[in-house]
Amino acid sequence: MNARLKRLWIAALILAVASLPAFSAGGSLLIKNGTLLTVTKGVIAKGDILVLDGIIRQIGMNIQAPPGVQVIDATGKYVIPGIIDSHTHIALNGTNEGSEAITPEADVGTVVNADDTAILTALGGGVTMVHTMHGSANPIGGPNVVLKMKWGKPSEDMIVNEALRTLKFALGENVKQSSRTILPGGPPPRYPQTRMGTNAIIRREMLKARVYMEEWDRYNKLKTSKTPPKILVPLRKDLRMEVLADLLRGKMVARCHDYQATEALEFMGLAKEFGFKIQALEHAWEAYKIADELAAAKIGISVFADSWAYKMEAAEGIAYDAGYCAKKGVLVSINSDSAERIRRLFNDAGKTMKFGGLNETEALSLVTINPAIQLGVDKIVGSLEVGKQGDIAIFNEHPMSAYTRCDMTIIEGDVYFDRAQYLKEREEAAKQAQAPKKGGRP
Amino acid sequence: MRKRITLFLLVAGLTAGLIFAQAKPAKVIAIKGARIVPVVGDDIETGTIIIKDGKIEAVGRDVAIPAGAEVVEAKGLTAYPGMIDGYSLLGLQEISGVNETVDNRETGRINPQVRAIEALRSDSMHIPISLANGITAALVAPSGGLISGQSTLIKLYGWTNREMAIKASAAMQIEFPAIRGGRGGFGGGMGRGGGAGAADATRLIAELKELFNKARSYEKRKAFAAKTQTVGLPGLDETSEFLLPVIKGDLPVMISVHSDRDIKAALAFVKDENLKAMFYGVEQGWKVADELKKSSIPVIIGSTYDMPPVWEDGYDQLYLNPVLLNKAGVKIAFSSSSASVAWNLPYHAAKAAAFGLDKREALKAVTIYPAEIFGVDKMMGSIERGKAANIVLSDGDILETRTNIKKVYVDGRDCDLSNKYTELLEKYKKK
Repeated sequence: MNARLKRLWIAALILAVASLPAFSAGGSLLIKNGTLLTVTKGVIAKGDILVLDGIIRQIGMNIQAPPGVQVIDATGKYVIPGIIDSHTHIALNGTNEGSEAITPEADVGTVVNADDTAILTALGGGVTMVHTMHGSANPIGGPNVVLKMKWGKPSEDMIVNEALRTLKFALGENVKQSSRTILPGGPPPRYPQTRMGTNAIIRREMLKARVYMEEWDRYNKLKTSKTPPKILVPLRKDLRMEVLADLLRGKMVARCHDYQATEALEFMGLAKEFGFKIQALEHAWEAYKIADELAAAKIGISVFADSWAYKMEAAEGIAYDAGYCAKKGVLVSINSDSAERIRRLFNDAGKTMKFGGLNETEALSLVTINPAIQLGVDKIVGSLEVGKQGDIAIFNEHPMSAYTRCDMTIIEGDVYFDRAQYLKEREEAAKQAQAPKKGGRP
Repeated sequence: MRKRITLFLLVAGLTAGLIFAQAKPAKVIAIKGARIVPVVGDDIETGTIIIKDGKIEAVGRDVAIPAGAEVVEAKGLTAYPGMIDGYSLLGLQEISGVNETVDNRETGRINPQVRAIEALRSDSMHIPISLANGITAALVAPSGGLISGQSTLIKLYGWTNREMAIKASAAMQIEFPAIRGGRGGFGGGMGRGGGAGAADATRLIAELKELFNKARSYEKRKAFAAKTQTVGLPGLDETSEFLLPVIKGDLPVMISVHSDRDIKAALAFVKDENLKAMFYGVEQGWKVADELKKSSIPVIIGSTYDMPPVWEDGYDQLYLNPVLLNKAGVKIAFSSSSASVAWNLPYHAAKAAAFGLDKREALKAVTIYPAEIFGVDKMMGSIERGKAANIVLSDGDILETRTNIKKVYVDGRDCDLSNKYTELLEKYKKK
């Protein structure tokens, strides 16, 4: 075998191995005697869940553990699907490409940081999946990414490829840079500086994308025709336009940061004008003012429970927003947008029982099945159902009670957070720190 | 025509009289059939509370309802004393990101002369929201610098700032210099501790002590000058002048302090200066719980809506800290440390309960304990005869998020619970 052939052979072998589907079987365990809040299939008072190789295989009573499968006693505890955060910025090396107003090529999926301790924070609050997003510095930000909180795993193992591809848009005070001071002699203000300009610049980019798509259609049509012209100038790929074209072709959906009713309605107008889909409006503190319009257009919202009045456009952000819109038929999720709030999303969801009068299941839906639907992963997560992935959280009290605490977080049948174990380790570490040091050697 | 006018005037007069009568608290109110959680003393499964002239006249299982009393049927509801927020920004901050509406931080570092009560916006949109969640009183504190100014204790109902004051000056707020710098929240971020490093902190503590020394000499000079004609009065030293009530023991200090080392330094400082003190924040208090207990200094717990300042302490340390302090015998009270979500006060207490704090202790730490800490426990903090009728009627556990507050009485007044949340909701319900 000559050297060249040998090199080729090795290269082919590497390619073959690399192209094998990433095989991660996931763990197996049996959770016994818990109150199962399945979210979609009611409540099972004293139930068991069997997860095999990462998938929920059986839900019911008196399930026997197959040999070698770990049993978790959940007597007196509440078992729920892993919590999903529909809007956050954790586990990223960089959030905002704010240097320009239009940066759809800046994909946060390329800067996932698997070492962010916020992942542990999230796990401590029962969170198993997050939609981690480009920031809100510009009208068109960039693609976002959906991650599982698999602490200790490399970032590529955390990315959820089944999720919808989402593109971040932003409106209002952040993109018009209202909190920025323009210094004399400094760089001139970035366009846009008004809500008029924000809408106009998005329209401009969509018009550009439309031309771009038409050009490619023309080019491809000619190129593949039976009699292609002799001289056909090839087109240049434009990374920005490629992303926007994907949005206009329905291969991506929009997630748009907004606060005020008007800007939301106008963005909905743009979506209609150009035929792209808005999957959800982010923050949407005035969604209650346009709940009927949102429900009719089947546009969801991803909002805070009560973090408001931190800036002018959040001054009418009433705590009824989530509950009221949910009752009106809008698909609502409660998000954290923060490494701190992410650990108490269940508390925030519980507040909609007071503000909006949701029942326990409806409130719990806001942080489980609803965000799963918004992210397009409701076939695999978001509820406790046979066939779905074994993403599960266990709470000591009902998760919609203010007195509750997350005791265990499981992703695909693997335990990623175990409070009992955590306490044990902490106690041992404290003991070791206090133990007299063995002397002898200098 | 004349008759008509007379009739009109009569009707108008009657209406005005009616409105006036409604605005004034009814002389005697009987809350009947409620489950009563007086906080001090045993719960009463079904009982009656008599309110007379704004005060609690009687509480008990078999209390006779006086003739002519306005009877409030409260069957199925639970009566709690109004909650007290141990530290808030209510009335000093409307929209945190809009400087025009923010009045809690004066410029400069030494500001004992500034008083929260004098800037308190009685019409703040946040106050009625807190009230509607069962909070009837709150400490409102200025922050920033070394000496931030004077906090005020207010009731959450009233038409003017002064009408709302329970204690116009409740404490002198001091932000204790942070020894521990670097990573985490202490001394660095989170807007706490003044951002000093170790060397800086020692100097700042010395500066603080010097200010108190100076105030003491100023007091002596003033006293001496007042006694004798031979020495003139000292010129006004504003800082010393406004520290006088503190050094005389008339006004306590509330020291904002966070790490264990700083807490120890603050304990020494309070002892050296012989001050009446309470601590605020105290995130690493659990590490020095015994020293805190020995000092008898009460602790206002900072917001649990925060990250543990030192990651190594554990993800749950902010929740566990009040549990451990309570267990050690330190008197604690919870705080919202907020304006816009001050109404979340009960949930901070519940969070600690989720991590092991006895539920009744959690309730006390938003009612009777803050009342004791602020020296107003003879007036409020529990449902007891003689206290102000600050009473909340709810359809469940007051610390639970799902619980609805049905009625709130402040000084016996049946408060209007409408607020920005409900007003906007009602407006758009009509759409």
